[in-house]
Parts: sequence; structure tokens; C-alpha cells
Amino acid sequence: MIAWTLAYRNLKGAGLRTWLNASILSLVFVLILFINGLLDGWNQSAKQDSIAWEFAAGQYWAQGFDPLDPFSYQEGLKDWPQSLEGTPILWRQGSIYPDGRMYPLIIKGIPAQQELLALPTALLAQSQAQFPALIGHRMAKNCQLQKGDRLLMRWRDQKGSFDAQEIEIAGVFDSPLPSVDQGQIWVDLLSLQAKTGLENKANIWVAAKAKPQSVAGANWQELEVLLAPINKIIEAKKGSSQFSYYILLAIALLALFDTQVLSIFKRQKEIGTYISLGMSPKEVQLLFTLEGGLYAIFGLFLGGLYGAPLLYYLAQNGIPMPEMADEMGVSMGKAIYPVYSWILILKTSLIILASSFLVSYWPARKIARMSPVAALKGKLQ
Amino acid sequence: MKKILCSLVLILFTMAPNWAQTASEIIAKMDENMNAKTQISRSQMVIHGRRGSRTVESRSYSEGNQKAYTEYLAPARERGTKMLKLGDRLWIYSPATDRSIQLSGHMLRQSVMGSDLSYEDMMEDRKMQDIYSLRLLGEEELQGQRVWVLELVAKVEGLSYPKRKIWVDQRYYVPLKEELYAKSGQLLKELTFSEVKAFGDRYYPTITHYKDALKKGKGTDFILLELALDEAIPEHYFNKSILKR
Repeated sequence: MIAWTLAYRNLKGAGLRTWLNASILSLVFVLILFINGLLDGWNQSAKQDSIAWEFAAGQYWAQGFDPLDPFSYQEGLKDWPQSLEGTPILWRQGSIYPDGRMYPLIIKGIPAQQELLALPTALLAQSQAQFPALIGHRMAKNCQLQKGDRLLMRWRDQKGSFDAQEIEIAGVFDSPLPSVDQGQIWVDLLSLQAKTGLENKANIWVAAKAKPQSVAGANWQELEVLLAPINKIIEAKKGSSQFSYYILLAIALLALFDTQVLSIFKRQKEIGTYISLGMSPKEVQLLFTLEGGLYAIFGLFLGGLYGAPLLYYLAQNGIPMPEMADEMGVSMGKAIYPVYSWILILKTSLIILASSFLVSYWPARKIARMSPVAALKGKLQ
Repeated sequence: MKKILCSLVLILFTMAPNWAQTASEIIAKMDENMNAKTQISRSQMVIHGRRGSRTVESRSYSEGNQKAYTEYLAPARERGTKMLKLGDRLWIYSPATDRSIQLSGHMLRQSVMGSDLSYEDMMEDRKMQDIYSLRLLGEEELQGQRVWVLELVAKVEGLSYPKRKIWVDQRYYVPLKEELYAKSGQLLKELTFSEVKAFGDRYYPTITHYKDALKKGKGTDFILLELALDEAIPEHYFNKSILKR
């Protein structure tokens, strides 16, 4: 206990030096929390958006179907049992010709009455057009299209014959998910099935319930499997951002280390006095280590003082994302709401505390090798 | 009056089969003129793009409709690229990777060197009469020549173009124009043939203009520079071993 009291008094006496060390450690603490919270918040919102717009409770894929392999769209088809709850989607390759420019895309047929996914497919049912279609805002921007535009679309029927017809854009939806927007167009399932000669056929079945029944000729895709690419992207982002804040932490720790070395060098007489008054070198070593560690505790406290309201404000109001961020290819809404878990706060605190104690202990080891008499005389050792 | 009507109906009934027969004959004669036993040609493909035109030169060897081998001569970027068609299989050799790949399925629907032609367009080797029902629509004048206008409607499933229209030169039995339609009747591609020249006792259009009707742009010109007919082609030209550096 005496060591704690002494360490606290010494730090108080150090004044500006204590404030500088604590400030930089608090900055690192807040920054680590902010970056990780931002990425966790992004991860959480990307998952929620993916569930709402694309995956629901999971998907069945017809055997042989692979969304990344356009060659499989033709073979990976099946009739789906009526007992399944959810919505079927038919994928076909095609092209549209906005203003005479060819734009290859995936034509996706979805029931106009579906309510499982957030896609505004009701617009397809409400439209008076002969062949209405929906596109996302990214696609609309790329092709310079807007609601009400008419353009030609070409595709092949199930036997491979070309077919083409004029479509009308019945609506442009605003989805945070590029994977339901870029390079694709949504039309009514029945209409697409009739035009391609694929009555009752679809490539995937988006399930409404998480516990699926076994469907012959189809593979069940767990939600976790479907969301795995998002997790991987976030992990990769975390990995790259860790590098920057660990460098900052290293600089802070270097400052702490420097302070400790200087203090042991300058306070040799004090060390000698402690030992002559009855403290063992180990106890003096502990005192100096505690002094270093206290910088981290002050830093965490200081970080909490200004970081807590700041991080809380950001978590409530979100961080607006620039327009450019939308083109990164992953789900990113107009703002990201950071999420700070207790595990994250605890882990970050422990990392800062442990590393601070370690760099404080390192130079303090020298005290054990000091001669008390020489230290009292103030001789350099 | 009744007699006149009956005579007219009778004439129409007797003419109809003649027209159908004539349409088949026209296509048969066109095939006979256009299909030599072997063909060796040097040609240029002028691809008109948005930022200008580029020319690809090639030499081709073909035997009937089933075997064809093409080697690209220019530009430097395409030089050495080879294409071999044997029946319904197509291989492409790329000198940059020193690899041959077999094109199949959807890959055949890709454009050839960025032109308005797809590999699939080049692969069609069945006789028109076997896959299309023929109908003579009438006669008209095109490029200053009398032509027959024929309508071809698919009689087998899975043809890329379920409907075609061909304008056939009455003097030389060569096509002067062709239109390719989608199932819905939408015009997809237009081919215009010109500069008909004699090669021995056969006639060939030496310039073919391909135009994707759905796209803006000037299309692609296929210019026949040299053509030798019925000359012997060594068998190794139609072997996969030719697809090497």
C-alpha cells in the first residue's frame, strides 16, 4: 500500500510530465475504441442490411447453382415445393441497351407480391407497363436511368434463342447493399419465367424461417455462411487498422519508457535513500513499476472522461459516410453507428495497462543491481 | 365472277408450292455457290468502336462447314492468336499465355476480338434448310440488283436467331443483306454484303458489314482480301497440335 501512496505522490509531483504521458495514453485508448467500434458497427449494420435485403433467414440453392458462376444459372434450376416459406428468385444473364450502349447484367425474377425482402417489388405489381423492372440507385447512376425510362433488354430463353423486349423502369430503390443493386435488374418472376420458358423454375429460394426442411436437389446455405464474406472484409479492415493504432501505442509506450529511464537516472539518491531506510531493491523496483503503470491508469481515466461522451455521441448520431465509400463494393449505409462492446473496452484497457506495466518494469530492473551506497552518494551507475 | 374467283384461288394454290420450292432452290443455289470444298482466305476485320477503329488481319483455312482454322496476323497484340473449330468444338490459343482453351457454353456468346460478331455466330454450320422453314416474300431491288427476299423461321429449338430475312442477288446467288431477329420479332443484327467478285466460277461478297441493331456505333466490316478455293489443305491444319507457338 505504501508503494501505491508513494507512486501516486511522485506522479503528482511530476506535474506536466505526468499529464503528457497520461494524455497520449488516453488518446491511444480512445482511438482504439473508436476504430474498433466503428468497424464493429459497420459489421453489424452490414449484416442487418444483408438479412433485410438479400438473405432473410438463409437460402436454398438449386444443385449446381453458384452465384459467382454465370455458367451455372442455366443448369442450377429447379421446381420448388409449395410447402416452403419464403420467396424464389430466378437468375438469367442478359443485356440492356441504355442509349445504345450495351450493359451486361443479371436479370433477377422475384414475385412482385413478396414481402420477405426489403426490395420494393410491389412497384412491379402496381406498374401499368407491359414489362416493368426495378433497379437500384447505383445501377441507375451507372446507366443514367431514372423512373419511367424505357429501354431494350435482351436475354436468351431456356433453349438458347435470343429474345428482346422493351422494359420500363418502374422504380429506383435505395439499398445500402450493392449486391442487390449493381449489375442487375429486378423483374416479376412469373413474367421472366414465361418469357424464358422456365415455368415454375428458380435458382434460389430465400427462406423465411431459419430452421429449414430438407429439399431434394437443393443445398441449404446457413445465414452465417452467407454472411462470412462480410466478416472476412471486416476482419481484414481490422487487421490493417490495428497496424496504425499499434504504432501510436508504441510511440506512447516509448515516451513512457523514456520517462522511466530518465527518472531512474535522475533519482539515484532517492533510490539510495529508500534502500537505506529499509526498503529492499525489489520494493523500490515495484515502486517505479507502479509509477509507470499509474500513467496508464490515469490515461484510461482521462480517456474515459472525454472519450465516453464523445464516443456515446457518435454511437447515437452515427458517422456520415462520404459518397465515395458506397463504391467500395460492400454494404455501407449513409452513416455508420459505432458499437462498443464491454469486451472491446476491457480488452483495450488490459492491452494498455499490461504494456505500460511492462515498459515500466523493464528499466526498473536496473534498480536491483544498484549499490545502495553509490546510489546515496549520487554516483552514476 | 365465280369462275374468276375459282381460277384465282386455283392459281394461288398452284403458285404457293412453287414459291416454297423456289425459296428452297434459291437457298440451295446460294449454298452451292458459297460453300466450296476448301477455302483459304486472308481477311481484315475493321472494328469500329467509340474511340476509333482498329483492324485485325487474319488468315483462315476451312474444309466444308465442320473444320476451320484461323491465325491472326495483325495487330501485334493479336498476332499469333489461333482459333480452331472442329465440328461443334472451338479452341482458342493465346500466345501471351501459351495456352489453348476450349470455348463452350456461354463463352461462345462473347464477342470475337471486340467486334459485333460472337463466336457462336461463327460456329453455326448447319444448312439453313435443315434448321429453318423457308418462305419467299417477294422480289425487290437492292444495291442496284434484283434480289429475292426470303424469310427463314426456325423449325428446330435453340437457334440463337429464331427468325432471319435474307436478300439474295438473283444474278450470282449471293446474299446482299441479312437481318437476324429475336423471338419477339425485335431486330438484333444486320449484315450487309457488298463488292461481289468472281473467284473462279463462284461469286463472293468481299465486304460484309455486321451491325448490332441494339447498339449505337458503326459496327464491324469484314473485308475479304484474298480467297483461294478448292485447294488442298494439309490435315495438320485441323489438328489441335497446330495450336502451339
